[in-house]
Amino acid sequence: MKIIVCAKQVPDTNEVKIDPVKNTLIRDGVPSILNPDDANALEAALTVKDANPGTTVSVISMGPPQAMYMLRECIAMGADDAYLLSSRAFGGADTCATSTTLAAGIKKIGDYDIIFSGRQAIDGDTAQVGPQMGQRLGLPVVTYVQKVRELKEGSVIVERQLEDGYEVVEVPTPAVLTCVKELNEPRYMSVAGIIHACEDSPITVWDENDVELAPEQCGLTASPTKVLKSFTPPPKGKGEMLSGTVDEMAKALVGRLNEKHII
Amino acid sequence: MILSEKYLLIKKMFRDYMEREFPSELQDEIDQTGEYPYDKLKRMGEMGFFGIKTPKELGGQGGDTLAYVLAIEEIARVNLVTAVWVSGANSLGSGPLMFYGTDEQIQKYLVPTAQGKRFPCFMLTEPGAGSDAGGVTTQAVRDGDEWVINGRKAFITAAHYADFGVLFARTTKGKGNKGISAFVIDMKTPGITLGKPENKMGIIGCPTSDVIFENVRIPANALLGEQDRGFINAMKTLDYGRLGVSAQSIGVAQACLEEATKYAKERKQFGRRIADFQGISFMLADMATELEAGRQLLYHAAQYKDTGASDAGMYCSMAKLYCAEAVNHIATKAMQIHGGYGYIKDYRIERLFRDARVNALFEGTSQVQQIVVSGNLLK
Repeated sequence: MKIIVCAKQVPDTNEVKIDPVKNTLIRDGVPSILNPDDANALEAALTVKDANPGTTVSVISMGPPQAMYMLRECIAMGADDAYLLSSRAFGGADTCATSTTLAAGIKKIGDYDIIFSGRQAIDGDTAQVGPQMGQRLGLPVVTYVQKVRELKEGSVIVERQLEDGYEVVEVPTPAVLTCVKELNEPRYMSVAGIIHACEDSPITVWDENDVELAPEQCGLTASPTKVLKSFTPPPKGKGEMLSGTVDEMAKALVGRLNEKHII
Repeated sequence: MILSEKYLLIKKMFRDYMEREFPSELQDEIDQTGEYPYDKLKRMGEMGFFGIKTPKELGGQGGDTLAYVLAIEEIARVNLVTAVWVSGANSLGSGPLMFYGTDEQIQKYLVPTAQGKRFPCFMLTEPGAGSDAGGVTTQAVRDGDEWVINGRKAFITAAHYADFGVLFARTTKGKGNKGISAFVIDMKTPGITLGKPENKMGIIGCPTSDVIFENVRIPANALLGEQDRGFINAMKTLDYGRLGVSAQSIGVAQACLEEATKYAKERKQFGRRIADFQGISFMLADMATELEAGRQLLYHAAQYKDTGASDAGMYCSMAKLYCAEAVNHIATKAMQIHGGYGYIKDYRIERLFRDARVNALFEGTSQVQQIVVSGNLLK
């Protein structure tokens, strides 16, 4: 079996602060990490590999050359190889252009059974790239996968997370499955894995010519999304804590809501 | 030294592991009860933590000495006692086998250690042979196809948990260092008993105890390396152990600096944060500078050791001397910055301060390192 995992290097948003004057994100000195949901996608692929000897796991990413570091991390966790789609032409891509590029890369790798991706990336939070990629590849997509129940010949049965439960879906393969964090606990790298990833593991770098895309199909020019303005919502005022017994607090709360003409 | 991607990833791996698996509540519990989470230790073994620098073909991870010290540093930054478990297995337990083990000994002991299936201890120190390691009196007497061991070892780390150990015993009387041999021995061998675990100041959670040998009979092939050449084996192993302790010192010192910096920014006195007083901020500057100097000496010694240079042992001792003294200076200042609160167990610095102390004592006191360094200079 051949599995492809889509991964993105993202700024660790836990570490991002907002410039109070310019209202923009301060990205300086913020570490870049493997997007958390993508780590779950990789773990899902590696779990399949553990149970099915002979399975190969390839990771693909679009990003600047620095994303190599994240791909090495994926190999150190157990992926067999990795592909980085990197070119000036890919810069400024929205989800639409990103999914076109990733789909072209995946086509070039070819011969896959399952594509795992994260549900969404913590920097954009769109959750669009996985489904769009499936559409471009003409594949069925199941989003919010919280459990892989069974791999069968020609299909896979998964649980799809809903707000108040889950649904069980059987989908023919090849298919795109986007993963949520409840799916698994990503494994750690190993020292031997890191040495392999850094010393003898090839990471293939492709540009737009390699994946047979015209420059106008990539990056900013192929991105219909236009950002008019970005702003930080003003911080909310400090809340008020009520104290006392439950009855006293309930009375005080009703009093406050009355004062504000809410009830 | 500028670390390459490989070493940065190794640091990241151990940092991620420790921060996720050893939250402060668990560390407090270990410190208060003395009970280590053995399920985690077992898992670390399976993940290859005990064979970081054991070659891949012997079941290990194939890391070099720099990889090993980075791992220990990151583990110690979160929890020193875990670093003691891991470094002991890697350096003191695996070292003698890697250098002198026969194929049979390697397959029986080293490979399963690297795979997390066995756990070693290192038995050199005796009640009367501490800094003077050549004063070993535990005896090994040849009797036909067996050796018969009698004596007492002291301060043996993890003796109760280990299922085998590397033992140093006297095989020739009156020849000092040149009459000591190394053996590899199953800890379940009849005649071996363990003393009560010592009640220690720090690194609580890795019991240290005496090991008593009474007419313990082990096969002739338990001899590790050449007869009467065990002291050289021990000293070669201790070079790596000393790098391990240096890395533990740097890890704890880093934690002390982080705690002190955080506290100095939070604590307000005289209407401002205490970090705004030069008396505090200069202390932090000195701590960070001494820490970084120690770290660079350690990384250099680790890489130099791998070149096989004949004076590399001196650099290992320099690193151990400097880093172990540095962590004590840094822990003292970190506690001073915390004021009275630092003396209360609710603050992490209290444990760090106690843990810091042992680094200047075990695997050769600072004064033993001075003997090694000056001995090299004056020979």
